[in-house]
Amino acid sequence: MVLNDSGEQYLTIPVHIQKQMMAWCLSALPEEGCGLLLGPADRHTVTDAYLAKNAAKSAKLYSIEGRDYLRADRQAEESGCEIIGVFHSHTHTDPYPSSTDVELAPDPGWHYVLVSLCHEVPVMRSYRIIDFQITEEPILSEEST
Amino acid sequence: MSVEVRLPTLLRSAAGGQAIVVADGDTVGDVLRNMALSHPGLEGQILTADGSLHKFVNVYLDDDDVRYLDKLDTKVQEGSVISILPAVAGG
Repeated sequence: MVLNDSGEQYLTIPVHIQKQMMAWCLSALPEEGCGLLLGPADRHTVTDAYLAKNAAKSAKLYSIEGRDYLRADRQAEESGCEIIGVFHSHTHTDPYPSSTDVELAPDPGWHYVLVSLCHEVPVMRSYRIIDFQITEEPILSEEST
Repeated sequence: MSVEVRLPTLLRSAAGGQAIVVADGDTVGDVLRNMALSHPGLEGQILTADGSLHKFVNVYLDDDDVRYLDKLDTKVQEGSVISILPAVAGG
């Protein structure tokens, strides 16, 4: 669990990666867009986003194929990182985990990032989902050097 | 024969923190069952009580989903790598 000086959980996503994630979700419309978040093992910072196909091909569901997961895992390993979370879009609802998101959340150690496309501009939020409990965490936007 | 099994982060604590474990077997099912004997914490995480694959787990032999091969009866080869992957989905 990553805590800042105030004891809060948080996730750092550099601005250029946030833009990449939002652009991918917009390009997937009318379906949900999705991908995996890669970062160091301390799970503090996203250093890369793996842009995955939505195998569910749906505006209400997303699914990442095992083959995409394997590629992301290999990409992470090559850069000394791990898969630390997942992102997906909500095309017509707010950026808050749905009951399906909570039910299917695969790893309590992951960050779950939602991109809502129902507003004038995309809105991104990050959550932890542990034992079916949702906790929002701040997204820090430091640009990597 | 001995085969490498790659574990997702969620299951590594059940295998002493290892990302890769080695287990013996001639089929994917044999390897997974033998792995669970060596690492009892993995029991029930990959295979259900009736011995089938858990629905929230994908098992790949090298680059192929074993569900589209011979499932747990898929033969492994020397140098094969089995990857256990979490099913990632939502709404």
